[in-house]
Amino acid sequence: MVVGFGYPVVWQFVTSFQEFGLAQQFGQPPVFTGLRNYVGVFTEGRALAVLARSIIFCLVNSSLIMVLGFGIAQVMRAVYGPVRVVLQVSMVLAWATPVITSVTIFRWLFDNRTGLVNWVLRQVGVSPPHGGAWLSSVGTFFVVATVVVTWMSVPFVALSLYSALTQVDTDCVDAARIDGAGSAQITRHIILPSIRPVLTIVVLLQLVWNLRVFAQIRLLQDAGAPVSQTDLLGNFIFDLGMGRNDFGGSAAVSVLVLVVTTILTAPYVRRMMRDDAP
Amino acid sequence: MTRDSLTRRTVTRRTTIRRDGTRRTMNRHSLTRQAGKIALSALGVLIALVWAFPVYWMLVSAVTPNARLRAVTPTFFPDHFTTRSFARLLGSGSSFWPALRMSLTVTSVAVVVVLVCAFFGALAVSRFQFRGRKGFILSVLFIQMLPAEGLFIAQYRLLANAGMLNRVGGIAILYAAAIIPFTVWMLRGFVAGVPAELEEAAMVDGLTRTQAFRRVTLPLLAPGLVASGVYAFLQAWNEFTIALVALPANSSNTLPLWLRGFMTASVARGVDWAQVMAASTLITVPVIILFLVVHHHMTAGVVSGAVKG
Repeated sequence: MVVGFGYPVVWQFVTSFQEFGLAQQFGQPPVFTGLRNYVGVFTEGRALAVLARSIIFCLVNSSLIMVLGFGIAQVMRAVYGPVRVVLQVSMVLAWATPVITSVTIFRWLFDNRTGLVNWVLRQVGVSPPHGGAWLSSVGTFFVVATVVVTWMSVPFVALSLYSALTQVDTDCVDAARIDGAGSAQITRHIILPSIRPVLTIVVLLQLVWNLRVFAQIRLLQDAGAPVSQTDLLGNFIFDLGMGRNDFGGSAAVSVLVLVVTTILTAPYVRRMMRDDAP
Repeated sequence: MTRDSLTRRTVTRRTTIRRDGTRRTMNRHSLTRQAGKIALSALGVLIALVWAFPVYWMLVSAVTPNARLRAVTPTFFPDHFTTRSFARLLGSGSSFWPALRMSLTVTSVAVVVVLVCAFFGALAVSRFQFRGRKGFILSVLFIQMLPAEGLFIAQYRLLANAGMLNRVGGIAILYAAAIIPFTVWMLRGFVAGVPAELEEAAMVDGLTRTQAFRRVTLPLLAPGLVASGVYAFLQAWNEFTIALVALPANSSNTLPLWLRGFMTASVARGVDWAQVMAASTLITVPVIILFLVVHHHMTAGVVSGAVKG
């Protein structure tokens, strides 16, 4: 752990304050440049656009995933045994599918010539956007990305929340119902507080994971999307570093991502540490 | 499961007395409940179909001739069953086998390293009170938050300096480092589930500390170890991004890289979706089977890691 993470993290932090380009790759000592990398990245304008896009993408996807996941967990609890098993198996199918395969399948589903989605849309009389070329335009690109990410992430949330829901004290729920509480009230005042620890950790993980979606975007871009307008933070860092050899700038953006993540997740982390207190 | 059915029975038998004192008899009440349950079950089946559909679509496309896939009307059922796509993928001189060997080696090395490290890590975190225990738990979370893409360059340089690029050892260490934090997290829930008193009781009965650990604690931890092992396996098997950086040479592709290369190569001349889907199937099916067997341990692990310890 120390070798795999410690060194890169420290290097990262130091480099973000240094001028580190191709010359340094060939052995010249890096020059300390203070905050210039940060300033450089931000005055370029592109970084801010990427940052805004990533945060929106993260929040939209996380909320979508949480709502669907919680809904499905509730459905799982309410249905007949066999239906529950079917539901769980299908969730596990989606969860187990490797990222690369999921993206590939969805590229096939959204294929502009013979993809199923376009066919269905034409069948019901809707002409698909951009003549069916979903991935070549920014707006529809993110629609597809959201579908892929949601499809992949909901199962984990649904199954975790379901196993938390089975721990909820049913006597308590029954008592509330006898006292005349509606199901909305029961959810809000009894169920949500009792699954709070699990809910916290799941929300936390979703925020963290969705802010740094990398592989999905990159693999979808392979299909010919306008790269500079569809990059999220992860891809931006990767492009800066691997593509343009601007390691200093890339490191600066990474530190920034860390800061954003910390800000987004701080309330949940604090709550979790409180719940966890021995 | 048993608990569920038990409560269901108590609920349906009870006569509800509302706050204003009116009594509702069970009949009408249970009728509406039944209707609701049926409606929800239908919804559940629908959700299941939606979620399983992409996987089904992959399987159907994999066994359908590519010419049919290019037709205007989609093929919904495997009524033109063929294994030609698979035969071509697995035939002589195919790049699948080297990639499979690479994936298997990397994955198994990573799993062994992860299990050993995570086991002792979890033991330390949940059995001993020490300064920095909380800090350790926080740092596990913190590592989850790091933008892995930012670390690539550092990791690349680390490997390049050590001459480990394109080597199994190099990438296996990176994988292990990426997976260990979360498995420690999972395992600590399982370790906390085995009371230390049990071990102590065995020691009172005359076992040494090591014996007590080996004969009492270890067997009880087995499910947790299996779950973490499977988790590590899946992560390493499915990993795409680190591999992209650490294995630049084509000769050392892992399966995900192989699939991507396969796909990109075929984009130029119109994607052969039948073959691509067959390739996806080859990567996915082992994982899905493994996952179906152990998934409830895994959610249990994540959840208990969150609340216990």
